Amino acid sequence: MKKKSLFLSLVAILATISSSAFGQSLSGAGATFPLPFYNMAFQKYTETTGVKVTYGGIGSGGGIRSLSDKVVDFGASDAFLSDKELAEMPATIVHMPTCSGAVVVAFNLPGIQSINLTSDVLVNILLGKIKNWNDASLKKLNASIKFPDMPITVVYRSDGSGTTNMFTDYLTKVSKEWANKLGSGKTVNWPVGVGAKGNPGVAGTISQTKGSIGYVGSEYSFAQKIPTAYLKNKAGKFIKPSMASISAAGQGTIPADTRVMLTNSDAPYAYPIAGFTWIIIYKEQNYNNRTLAQAEATLKLLNWMLTPDAQKIAPTVNYASLPEAVVKKANAILRTVTYNGKPVLK
Amino acid sequence: MNSDKILKYILFTASLLILLISGGMVFSLVRGAMPSFHEFGWKFIISSEWDPTQGREQYGALLFIVGTLLTSVLALFIAVPLAFSTSLFVAEYFKNTRIASVVSTMVDLLAGIPSIIFGLWGFYILRPFIVSIGLSDQGYGIFTSGLILAFMIIPYATSLSNTSISMVSNELKEAAYSLGATRLEVIWNVILPNARSGITASYILAFGRALGETLAVTMLIGNSNRMPTGLFSTGNTMSSVIANQFGEASGLQLSSLIEIGLLLFVMTTIINAVGKFIIKKLNR
Repeated sequence: MKKKSLFLSLVAILATISSSAFGQSLSGAGATFPLPFYNMAFQKYTETTGVKVTYGGIGSGGGIRSLSDKVVDFGASDAFLSDKELAEMPATIVHMPTCSGAVVVAFNLPGIQSINLTSDVLVNILLGKIKNWNDASLKKLNASIKFPDMPITVVYRSDGSGTTNMFTDYLTKVSKEWANKLGSGKTVNWPVGVGAKGNPGVAGTISQTKGSIGYVGSEYSFAQKIPTAYLKNKAGKFIKPSMASISAAGQGTIPADTRVMLTNSDAPYAYPIAGFTWIIIYKEQNYNNRTLAQAEATLKLLNWMLTPDAQKIAPTVNYASLPEAVVKKANAILRTVTYNGKPVLK
Repeated sequence: MNSDKILKYILFTASLLILLISGGMVFSLVRGAMPSFHEFGWKFIISSEWDPTQGREQYGALLFIVGTLLTSVLALFIAVPLAFSTSLFVAEYFKNTRIASVVSTMVDLLAGIPSIIFGLWGFYILRPFIVSIGLSDQGYGIFTSGLILAFMIIPYATSLSNTSISMVSNELKEAAYSLGATRLEVIWNVILPNARSGITASYILAFGRALGETLAVTMLIGNSNRMPTGLFSTGNTMSSVIANQFGEASGLQLSSLIEIGLLLFVMTTIINAVGKFIIKKLNR
């Protein structure tokens, strides 16, 4: 009797698996940064259309690998693929931005809620040249703040991360010295400070360590309401990281394929350390015996991600939605995707 | 076929499977490490340069090897006196008493605590404590990790030594007492010589465990890729650099991480072999 019920439940499980395979279902994998946004958006999409979307937050590198191995319908990455990486993919792929985020500079100084920083001062702190909060250069930027005599502890991400990539990309752009000594990447060789794992690790270390300064993803800092620094942007204004100032970073000049870092944007009210996160798919959708229906379902989902319906979910989970001009560009990109050479979306 | 034969086949298959799995692990580690080995050769072990920045990639494992050895040796130094005292307490002085069973249960309980709990405790309690007594500015580093590792390996260091100390025959001890030996003399001249293989084995086991411990150490060592200069400087260990960078690594970096994994595997194997050798020699 027991065996029989076991057998029956096995059949039931198999049936649900195969039925979902026959019903419309999509799978994607990649960046963990936009995971909360994707979870919310895909859930809403499933509710309205019945198409099941599963997304695995396995990291940008994993997302690219999964798409390269053709085991997912779409991949997701915080960093756009370099020309070299694009050439290494088995076929042409396209990038579609879904939302943008930023990296904020968080700190822990008792009684101080916000400070002004320029890129020079920030770089000097991170390189270990400014060692104490009572340094004259900090005083000069923040006339009204009385800084304590306190050693600076730099906190960085110890794990490979798109957050680090965005942050160091900014530092590389604004400082020759940084570019020569460290450069940019998902992991760099920090000269001073301590490393902690993930946004929660960095934020936790900062909140527990007096005199510390570090960087965390804006989506995390907004949710946790962590004290953050105003950064001087290219236009010379001290900008508070916010949804509006992050969105503003996307209003500069964007190339047609959207493969650009929004760091050090020249838009007047832009926060200087911002960036898109992308979904990546193959330009020619007929691969691995994919059906036209599967290709259409993929494209319809991505198309929906650009609609106001989906975009308005982003700010509720602390991501900045795409500016109008970028949505237009992303829509144009989706319409270049083909099945047997014919555009999938009309 | 009789049941004896069937059992024999089952046992044979199970053992073979385990051999295959460990062999497969070594094989995949070696294969994954090949690109890095070709690129850096033996320099990998003696170079402390670890730079994953594209265009100037350079990988050497020395500072991770140093970090792993430093934290583990420190952990052993802290754990051994504590573990040895506990063992004597439980297995000799208060043998078969209620308090001894409470203590040994508590120690065993330590072994069952997941390492993330040790990590959290270290992060939220131990680290601020170290900052508050002024030992270090931020509380991360070799010392903090070594201390937490010591707590984690104490159960491994005590359990086997407890057994071997309590197994020293009463006749021997009573004989020593009847000759007028003090308790300390009995411990030193009777218990230790008889139990030393078990005690040594348990400390080696504990050391091996400290080498590979990842999570709690990663949370406390500070994860900086610089050569540690003292007990309170930050560092990185072999297992924590793998845990930190594996997710987003590719190409040469991935291969170098796998080579570190292989090195860690070789180190633990050597230590186990040394342990076995010592036990054999002392048992003779």
